[in-house]
Amino acid sequence: MDLLDILLQTGFWVAAFRIATPLVFGTLGELLCERAGVLNLGIEGIMTAGAMTGWLAVHMGADLWTGVALAAFTGLLLGSLHGVLTIPLGLSQHVAGIGITLLATSTTYFAYRVILPDATSPPRIAPFPPVDWPWLKAVPGIGPVLAGQTALTFLAFALVPVLVWLLYRTPLGLAVRTVGENPIAAEAQGLHVHALRMGAVLAGSALMGVGGAFLTLSAFNAFFFEMVNGRGWICIALVVFGGWNPAKALLGALLFGAFDAFQVRLQQAVGGAIPYQVFLMLPYLLSIVALVLVSRRASYPQALMRPFIRGRR
Amino acid sequence: MPLPRRTLLAAAFAVLPLASPHAQEPIEVAGVYTVPVEQQWVGRLHEALQAAAARGDITYTWSENVANTDYERVMREYAEAGKDLILGEIFGVERAARDVAKDYPDTAFLMGSSFPPQEPNLAVFDNYIQECSYLTGLVAGSLTKSNLIGMVGGYPIPEVNRLMHAFMQGVNETKPEATFLVSFIGSWYDPPKAKEAAFAMIDSGADVLYAERYGVSDAARERGVMAVGNVIDTQKEYPSTIVASALWHMEPSIDRAIGAVKAGTFTAEDYGPYSSLGEGGCTVAPMQEGMVPLDVQKMVAAKEAAIRDGSLVIPVDDTEPKASR
Repeated sequence: MDLLDILLQTGFWVAAFRIATPLVFGTLGELLCERAGVLNLGIEGIMTAGAMTGWLAVHMGADLWTGVALAAFTGLLLGSLHGVLTIPLGLSQHVAGIGITLLATSTTYFAYRVILPDATSPPRIAPFPPVDWPWLKAVPGIGPVLAGQTALTFLAFALVPVLVWLLYRTPLGLAVRTVGENPIAAEAQGLHVHALRMGAVLAGSALMGVGGAFLTLSAFNAFFFEMVNGRGWICIALVVFGGWNPAKALLGALLFGAFDAFQVRLQQAVGGAIPYQVFLMLPYLLSIVALVLVSRRASYPQALMRPFIRGRR
Repeated sequence: MPLPRRTLLAAAFAVLPLASPHAQEPIEVAGVYTVPVEQQWVGRLHEALQAAAARGDITYTWSENVANTDYERVMREYAEAGKDLILGEIFGVERAARDVAKDYPDTAFLMGSSFPPQEPNLAVFDNYIQECSYLTGLVAGSLTKSNLIGMVGGYPIPEVNRLMHAFMQGVNETKPEATFLVSFIGSWYDPPKAKEAAFAMIDSGADVLYAERYGVSDAARERGVMAVGNVIDTQKEYPSTIVASALWHMEPSIDRAIGAVKAGTFTAEDYGPYSSLGEGGCTVAPMQEGMVPLDVQKMVAAKEAAIRDGSLVIPVDDTEPKASR
C-alpha cells in the first residue's frame, strides 16, 4: 500500500477525527484552566473519573446525554477540589494536580470494583452511533468522514469556535485572560480574581470529564481500568503546541489523531520490516518535534502557576 | 477447683490438630495481577481460583492492577503474610519476582512467565493453547473470502507469538493463498486503540480478525466481518461475529498446584503442558451451525482427534509474526 493511498482513505480520516475528539475536549478544558492562570495536572484522573461515571450512569439505565452530563459534573466536582487547593489556599499547582490525578483514578477503580465486584467481562452499553445523515454523506470529500462521527465529536468541534468567541470577544473572556496574565491589574479593575479562576477551573474540568466519557460512550462501549492511557498528558502538550489558542490547539489535536491513525495503517502496510515500536512511537515523536518548533514562539499566560493572594505582590 | 486459663488454652490447642487434620484445611492462595480481573488472561486464573475457593480447597485473596514497579512489594507482602501459594504474572518483572521467590523458599509460586521454572519453588505456566489456536485457524481459513486475515495483539511476547503462528498455520492449511496483517498496540489494555487497529485492517480488506485483545470483536461487529476469539468465550456477546474461539482452561494447572501444595510435593515445574488439549487445558468453543459449515466442523473435529492421539503435533514458533503481503 502506498503512503498516499492511506491518506486518501475515508477510513483514515474517520479514525483521525475519532482519535482527536477526546483530545479536543481535554485540550479545551486544560486551555481554559491555564488561560486563567491555573495549571490542572488533574486532567488524567478527571478523564478517568468522567469515563467511569458517564458509562456507569448509562449502564444503570440513564440515557446517553445524562451520562455525558454526569461525567461533566464529576469533572466539575474534582475541579472544585483542585480549585480550592490552588486558588484560595494557593498551594503548588503541580503537586495538587498530580494528587488529584492519583486520587481520582484510585477512587474510580475502587468505586468500580465495589459496584461490580464479580464482573468477568465488563458490562456493555449501547454507545452513541455514528450520525450517518444521508445529506451529509452526499457531500463529496469531507461528507462521509463527518457522517462516520458521533454526536460527541460534533460537540467537541463546535466548542472550539464557542470558546474562541468567549475568550476573545466577550468581557468575561477578557476578564479570564486578564487574571491569567496579570491578576493584580485585574484586581485593580474590580474583578474578583479568585472567582474567575475558580469558574475557569470548574468549566475546564467539566470538559475534561466529557473527554473521558467520549471513550466509554462513543469510542468504546465499556469502562476499563487505565483506558485513558495517557491521553490527558497529551492534552497538556497540545495546549502548549496550540500556544494557548483554542483554534491552534484543535489543529494540534487533529494532527495527533492523524499521526496515530496513520501509524496504525503504516504498521500494517510496511509489515515486519521495521519494529512495531517505531510506529507506536511515531505520533509522540512527531508531537515532540512539533512542540520544539512551535514552542520557540510560545508565549504562555504570564501568571500561570502563580497563586494570587489579595494584598500581596 | 477452677482450672488455670493457661492449662485450658494448652488443652484446646492440643486437640485442635486432631479436630481438623491438615490435609482437609483449605490452603491460603493469593493472586497478584498487573491488570484488572476482567482482562481475559487473568480472568481465566481468577475464575479457576474462585471455583477452587467455592469448593473449599483454598481461601483466595487477590490484588489487581498492580503496577510492575510495585509487583515485588505485593508479592513480598503476601509471602510475609504466610500464603501457601502465590499466583500471578511476572512477564514484566522476571528478575525481581525470581529474587522474591528465592527469599521465601517455603512459599509456592506459580507464575505466568516466558522463562523456565526456578528451583526450588517457582513454577511457571502460560496459556500455551496453540493446538486450539491452530484449530480455529482452520475455521478462519475456510471462511475467509478476501483471503486477508487481520491479527491485533498486545505485545509480541512468546505466548502471543506462539498462538498467532499456530493460528496462521491453520489458516494456511485450509487457504494456502491467504495473507496476514499484523498489528501490536503496545498495551494489554486499551480497547479503543485495539479497535482502531482492527478498523484499519477492515479498511484494507480483511474479513476475518484474530481477536487477541478486547476491542477487536467490537470493530468486527460494527463492520459486519468475522472474528476468531482467543482465551475466553465471547460468542454470546457477539453472536453474529465470533465464528470460533480457542478457550483456555486454567483449572488443570491450578488443581494440580493446589494438590501438590497440600501434599507438600510442589516443585519448580513447567505447568505449560497442562494448558494443552490432551490435559483439558484448552478447547475449541462450540461453533454455530449457521456460521461454520458442517463439513468444516467435521474437519476440525478430525484434526482435534489427530492432535489428541499424537499423530498431529503443532510446532511451537515464538518469533514475532510478520505481515505477509
